[in-house]
Amino acid sequence: MSSEHSEGFPKKHIVGFIASIVLTIVAAWAALSSGLPTPWIITAIMVLAVIQACIQLFMFMHMTETDSGGIQVGNMLQAFFVAAVVVAGSIWTMSFGYSHNHDGGGNDAEMENHEDMDH
Amino acid sequence: MENFINFLVDDFFVTGEPLIYGAMVSMALVSIAIVFVLTYFKKWGYLWREWLTTVDHKKIGIMYIIAAIAMLFRGGVDGLMMRIQLTLPGMEFLDSQHYNEVFTTHGTIMIIFMAMPFLIGLMNYIIPLQIGARDVAFPFLNAVSFWSFAFGALLFNISFVIGGSPDAGWTNYAPMAGENLNPGPSQNYYLMGLQVAGIGTLATGINFLVTILKMRAPGMKMMRLPIFTWSSLITSIIIVFAFPILTVALALMTVDRIFGSHFFTLTGEGMPMMWANLFWLWGHPEVYIVILPAFGIFSEVISTFARKQLFGYKAMVISMVIIAGLSFVVWVHHFFTMGSGAAVNSFFSVTTMLIAVPTGVKIFNWLGTMYKGRIRFDTPMLWSLAFIPCFVIGGVTGVMLAMAAADYQYHNTYFLVAHFHYVLIAGTVFGCFAGLTFWYPKMFGHKMNEKLGKISFWFFMIGFNVCFLPMYFLGFAGMPRRTYTIEPEWMPLSVTASVGAALMAIGFAVFVYNIYYSFRYSPRETQGDAWDGRALEWATTTPVPYYNFATVPKIEGPEAYWIMKSKGETTYDKEKVEPIHMPSDSGIPFIMMAFMFVGSFGLVWEWIWMAIAGLIGVLVCMFIRSFDYDDGFHVSVEEIKETEEKARGGEK
Amino acid sequence: MSADTDLTTGPLEYRSHEGRMNILGFWIFIGAEVALFSTLFATYAVMFGRTGDSPVPAELFELPMVLIMTFLLLTSSFTCGIAIHEMRRGSLKGLLTWLAITLVLGLGFLGFEIYEFVHYIHEGASLQSSAFWSGFFLLTGTHGLHVLLGISWATLLIVQLRQRGLTPVTSRKMFIVGLYWHFLDVIWIFIFTSVYLIGMVV
Repeated sequence: MSSEHSEGFPKKHIVGFIASIVLTIVAAWAALSSGLPTPWIITAIMVLAVIQACIQLFMFMHMTETDSGGIQVGNMLQAFFVAAVVVAGSIWTMSFGYSHNHDGGGNDAEMENHEDMDH
Repeated sequence: MENFINFLVDDFFVTGEPLIYGAMVSMALVSIAIVFVLTYFKKWGYLWREWLTTVDHKKIGIMYIIAAIAMLFRGGVDGLMMRIQLTLPGMEFLDSQHYNEVFTTHGTIMIIFMAMPFLIGLMNYIIPLQIGARDVAFPFLNAVSFWSFAFGALLFNISFVIGGSPDAGWTNYAPMAGENLNPGPSQNYYLMGLQVAGIGTLATGINFLVTILKMRAPGMKMMRLPIFTWSSLITSIIIVFAFPILTVALALMTVDRIFGSHFFTLTGEGMPMMWANLFWLWGHPEVYIVILPAFGIFSEVISTFARKQLFGYKAMVISMVIIAGLSFVVWVHHFFTMGSGAAVNSFFSVTTMLIAVPTGVKIFNWLGTMYKGRIRFDTPMLWSLAFIPCFVIGGVTGVMLAMAAADYQYHNTYFLVAHFHYVLIAGTVFGCFAGLTFWYPKMFGHKMNEKLGKISFWFFMIGFNVCFLPMYFLGFAGMPRRTYTIEPEWMPLSVTASVGAALMAIGFAVFVYNIYYSFRYSPRETQGDAWDGRALEWATTTPVPYYNFATVPKIEGPEAYWIMKSKGETTYDKEKVEPIHMPSDSGIPFIMMAFMFVGSFGLVWEWIWMAIAGLIGVLVCMFIRSFDYDDGFHVSVEEIKETEEKARGGEK
Repeated sequence: MSADTDLTTGPLEYRSHEGRMNILGFWIFIGAEVALFSTLFATYAVMFGRTGDSPVPAELFELPMVLIMTFLLLTSSFTCGIAIHEMRRGSLKGLLTWLAITLVLGLGFLGFEIYEFVHYIHEGASLQSSAFWSGFFLLTGTHGLHVLLGISWATLLIVQLRQRGLTPVTSRKMFIVGLYWHFLDVIWIFIFTSVYLIGMVV
């Protein structure tokens, strides 16, 4: 797998570069001009971001190289698991039933009775 | 000039407390004594060459353990002071402010500067020996880790004489810990002390992860690793992903306090509870960071002294992996009473209870290991035997706390205090004592005295139960956590608890005396295998040569040394000796972290010039290191042969 | 994969046990950095909408500038990849050229970021103005500091590469800087998406 790098033409890098430029433009278009409902937009552009991250990891950073490749992939999977827990978990616990529903928070969940907090 | 003196008296030094004056005087005396002894015996060069600049994992491990025992003393004194104040209603030993400071430093020191370094010290000494490596993967980084811990601990500890101790609890909740309610340097000590020490812990996690994955002896497959190594591997993974969260949480509050941002403030739409959220996102994995290595130690000790192979090795490994995964998804159980919705509290209630399953599996593994074993009751085994029932009490009350609805009743009472002391003392502290007595002959070439060891064990173990069991009932009786004075109806149980604390103090004192006594009088070990051990660390000679293994053995199964013993193999094969590559010592870690200390001290006092100066020092050290292409040195074959033949007294 | 365990062939940076351990160690460090940035993202997300009296993000965020910054960083990640590619071909000159281009692009990014920050502060959105803006500045500022650190680090390496040429040690160091640089791009992709795009939509 490492032998291909001694070739002169960096095909993988150029494909990855073009793909990431295209994905960025698609994401910007989806966000500002597609007219989709907001939750759809957020989902779509987050998926695009994850794809771009994978392009960097696999095509630019050579994540799977050497006998440590498996460990490196596992490490990044664990990192993304922790990241998902930290971000989604924080938003979930800090908004549902606790948020005072500030303007723009986009939180239409059922509010818990705040007298609970007096205990 | 007058202004400066006023500043020193009014703000810089803590004044007006007789106890603190006493501490200042004793600290000054101890420092003078150390300087005097070092100068008189001309040991400054020795200290610098052999210890301050070392990158040897064994010496670093020993320094960690010494520092941890010193911190156990400091944290223990804090605990005793709290017990004195709470023994009788209306005691005036500590005022409320001083009491707040004492419980804050007690908690912080015990978790961050005692439990973790003690375990990391044992890991440092033992892991490379257990996997057949000559050092850790990154010896230089290991030294950086140690000095960042040491200077972080120093920074935190000077707070009580310079500037004042933090007083918002070891959890440091906002807004109590924020600038408005708590101006001045004391909270900054907490933030910066943990920040500096945290860098080192993260580096340790990376270091041990790579060491265990990449430096195993040939034939040492993952499922042949000694269980302590497995537990350290899992711990390292948790460290790597949990400590950055703490780093950010501390940084956010530092920026809040020093640069006026609004993360955890009451103004500017900040969210104080976000601190609790981030703190426990790190804090709960942290609980497993300090308990898993202890589980590993107990497993090693129980298997050695029951003279049986560990029962259910695979189940043990799998349960640790599951615990590591679950440890990241339970954090909200620390603040059920925040008032999240039913869905949030139910979810975290269930995940918390799930952790009891793999932990229960481990309990049965230990019982199964002892079943039909020919058990020897040496001191390390006693600690391990006491651990099982005590930890089960702590664990089961933990499940009680996991029920969100019931938690509204227990929250912030002494029931909780009793629970976490039952898991942390019976788990971590017993584990540290068991591990230290177990590996003591490997580290220092003689066993700890058995008789004194048993005396200290019984005092400590009985004292522990007498101290903390009543606290469950105090909690039911409504005694709130962190109260500085008690109601008359709590008196009988409080007096009992204080008696227990005194017994624990005696146990600890005997333990420390035992170190001195054994150094003077214990018979020296002539060979490396003090306890008829099973894992590879016992295959080395005692004292362990700095290159650990003259020839690295080929591992043929689990319990590597047990197999080697049955075949008569050693770690010295005359025919196969080759020059050994070793890393050079370096003074940069010490100097770099000294600069880090200066810079952090500047931030504590919000003297930005000093913070920048320290930062520049750190950067210069990194710069020098980057241009340093020193590739270490080789130990010659002659030297190895000479050392080995001397140590093995002519065998082979 | 098994052929890769051989230490005598393949790219220079993998030709020693130490080199491989360093690279693996750095990968694990990147995992830790993911956790670090995820905490900053979480804080930003929780603080979203808590602007108080200060401007709301949709008023200040401007797509053209953000797109320019994104393209600068994306391109620099690409040129950095080419630099590593040149290194693996054994071309020191190619490596240094592409690395220099990478650093210029990185500096350009930093310049825009500083301009952006100054502009926002003029408009009344600073670290001190509200919880939302504290979260914004800490998240993007931490990323910016990482970029600055990456630039300084790579500059040191240029000196070392000129002194020593391509050896297993210098190529290992270079490879690690490359990993770091690509990783900063990964983080920026998420900042671009979840801070700027979502900030302009919601």
